[in-house]
Amino acid sequence: MNELGSLALITLYPVTLFGAAASFLGGHNRREGLVSAGERSLVVSFLLLTLSVLSLVVLFLKNNFSNAYVANHSNIDLPTFYKLTALWAGQEGSLLFWNWLLSLYGIAVLWSNRNRNRDLMPYVTAILLVSAFFFTNMNLLAANPFRPLVMDHAGTPIPYAPPDGRGLNPLLQHPAMVVHPPVLYLGFVGFVVPFAFALAALWTRAPGAGWLLATRRWTLFAWLFLSGGILLGARWAYVELGWGGYWAWDPVENASLMPWLTGTALLHSVIIQEKRGMLKVWNAVLVVTTYLLCVFGTFLTRSGIVSSVHAFAQSPVGHYFVGFLALGVVFSFGLIWMRREYLRSDATLDSVLSRESSFFFNNLVFLVSCFAVLWGTLFPVLSEAVRGEQISVGPPYFNRINVPIGLFLLFLTGFAPLLAWRRTSWPSLRRSFAWPAALMLAAGTILFLLAVRARYALICFSLSVFVATTILMEFYRGGRVRRRQLGESWPRALANLFLRNPRRYGGYVVHFGVVLLFVGFAGSSFNRSRAEELSPGGEMAIAGYTLRVENLEEGETPNYDFARARVVLERRGRPVGVYRPERRFYYASEQPSTEVEIHSTVREDIYLVYASTGEKGGAVIQVYRNPLVLWVWVGGIVLVLGGLICLVPMRREGPPIPKASESEGGAP
Amino acid sequence: MRPMRGRFLIGTGIVLAAVLWLAFTGFDEGKAYYRTVEELREEGEASAGKRLKVGGNVEAGSIVWKEDGLHFRLTQNEASLPVRYLGEAPVPDTFKDGSQAVVEGTVASDGTLEAVKIQAKCASKYEAEYGGESAGAGDSRS
Repeated sequence: MNELGSLALITLYPVTLFGAAASFLGGHNRREGLVSAGERSLVVSFLLLTLSVLSLVVLFLKNNFSNAYVANHSNIDLPTFYKLTALWAGQEGSLLFWNWLLSLYGIAVLWSNRNRNRDLMPYVTAILLVSAFFFTNMNLLAANPFRPLVMDHAGTPIPYAPPDGRGLNPLLQHPAMVVHPPVLYLGFVGFVVPFAFALAALWTRAPGAGWLLATRRWTLFAWLFLSGGILLGARWAYVELGWGGYWAWDPVENASLMPWLTGTALLHSVIIQEKRGMLKVWNAVLVVTTYLLCVFGTFLTRSGIVSSVHAFAQSPVGHYFVGFLALGVVFSFGLIWMRREYLRSDATLDSVLSRESSFFFNNLVFLVSCFAVLWGTLFPVLSEAVRGEQISVGPPYFNRINVPIGLFLLFLTGFAPLLAWRRTSWPSLRRSFAWPAALMLAAGTILFLLAVRARYALICFSLSVFVATTILMEFYRGGRVRRRQLGESWPRALANLFLRNPRRYGGYVVHFGVVLLFVGFAGSSFNRSRAEELSPGGEMAIAGYTLRVENLEEGETPNYDFARARVVLERRGRPVGVYRPERRFYYASEQPSTEVEIHSTVREDIYLVYASTGEKGGAVIQVYRNPLVLWVWVGGIVLVLGGLICLVPMRREGPPIPKASESEGGAP
Repeated sequence: MRPMRGRFLIGTGIVLAAVLWLAFTGFDEGKAYYRTVEELREEGEASAGKRLKVGGNVEAGSIVWKEDGLHFRLTQNEASLPVRYLGEAPVPDTFKDGSQAVVEGTVASDGTLEAVKIQAKCASKYEAEYGGESAGAGDSRS
């Protein structure tokens, strides 16, 4: 299996190179034969990568510990499920997995464009194959998942297999962690599709916004997975890492946030290009930046350039990433520069108070935020290079910048849909502004009187009310029009709003999810925590809750041993539940792991950690009271659902209009 | 068209100026200097009061829980640094004898680093233990 996997990887080399060259030449010289040879190479790459991935899976399932990757990420007693997912637990496997997903996207793009965009496809294929070539190169030279565990000094493998593997990192033995990497990777890799189309369109000077329409769904699809991946990562950090939070501005978290920020900006500014033919250069830059940030994010995670709790040891893959990124930046931005005439805008901005300008500020702020995150993440590296000493910037830096930016974006989320295209008149603005503004002020006043004094939280809650009101009003207005003109019932009218214009109303649902997320974020202003050593019978109080340790127990399983406390939780004297926070020690990886218990309500979470066994033999229990965390997860689900609605093809009323199959009409 | 462009430039300028101001203030509040245990010993008094991030190995057998916090020593080659952990969060799972740790805090007058944050990773885990040239590249999440 080792040999089979390696062989498949080595065969990829000529296949991807030949395919890229054939596609490019075929497109350039309009030779149909070469073009289909290129496309077939993409299919063959997919098959080879599938073979390679399957080989690795089989090695895991057969406990073949003579393979270094298997030996380092699995052990005999690991549940089969986790053996499968150990595929992406480490660097070598996850890069192989990345590459496989890339080829999977390639197949999907080939299939969906078999009769469309034929002028662009040769170049799209070439770019996909070049990307695949790069990852294959890295898998072969720097991060080979098929390396034998033991080699002599000449590099000849010695057939030695230890009796058991070193085990999967216990932190990764969690359901959210099983799906988080593939979901996040589907997001990262997915942005290669708009990237490839954008470059192909620039190269061929394709007329119109065809490439944008061709890739809009792909962008949305990738964005959806990226959002889901980030949220699952946050969820995993919250329930598994045991520090009571879900976001720490860790370099790896930032790595996934940056392309999300530019990708979100892109989803908005694409609308402007569709509707008004403006911001073309800007969009090209955003598409390119987003994909390169995805590659950069993988680089940050995989190279260990910025020290992080999650980062891998220093590893040679860094050089390959830097090379690929440099090539990508020079080629893409060079091409945009060369084609600046082709990208010239069809219209200009008319008024500061217009939908267009609100998109402009939305984009500006997203990009500034992305740049601030990038700067903070790379600062240790930059200061080392410039001043010779590493200086890190902590969460205060990131929060200081991104909290106000986030609030401004939240404001725009509610404000922008009230603005008309081109120019908004003051009276119309006042009309649509009155209710949301009044409710916002009312909510702010009530909260202030209820002694909510944290400045940002107060603003955030008030703005959330404002935005939620504007969203509800949009649905109300849309529904009312349908009721009046078509005599539909309310439920039917609302359902038809979605069907008629899924992108617009799905977009509002996404915005509503964002509101819920912000409410959850603001809750963190009121976090409390304390820790105490408790023996059986011992009690501790926090924020109206009392927790009492009933008993302590110890035990073992084939995989780990554990110490566990049985904790009874009461709120204002009434019992709300029994919880069992636990501390484990995994044998194979020789690593402890905390299993937290969470009492979660709409109002707040009570988060229990068995921190350690104390001096007196009791359990040191760390307890956090985190208000409104549930809103984050619910908001995340709403956001993803809204995104799914946006992907639904639009249904038209009356006879279908030919040729309009691509366009979906209005948007938020 | 000209006045329009001016207004957009002003708006953009305001946004950028605000962010720059926030960046500078947040930067001062959050910045921490990386030091190794050896560098810290060479610097002596010079590093007092600065917020530091110090990396080293947790000395085996040095971890003690006391009333005033968790005590341990960070070592690097010959140098060694006493650390007292005062942070709120429980120590990470990966923190144990021999693990690589980065602690963040300030040096007190008695030369103890008063840490408010600990990050740790198991350095030994994937090093060449099966005997040979085979060190895997490391652990992680993806």
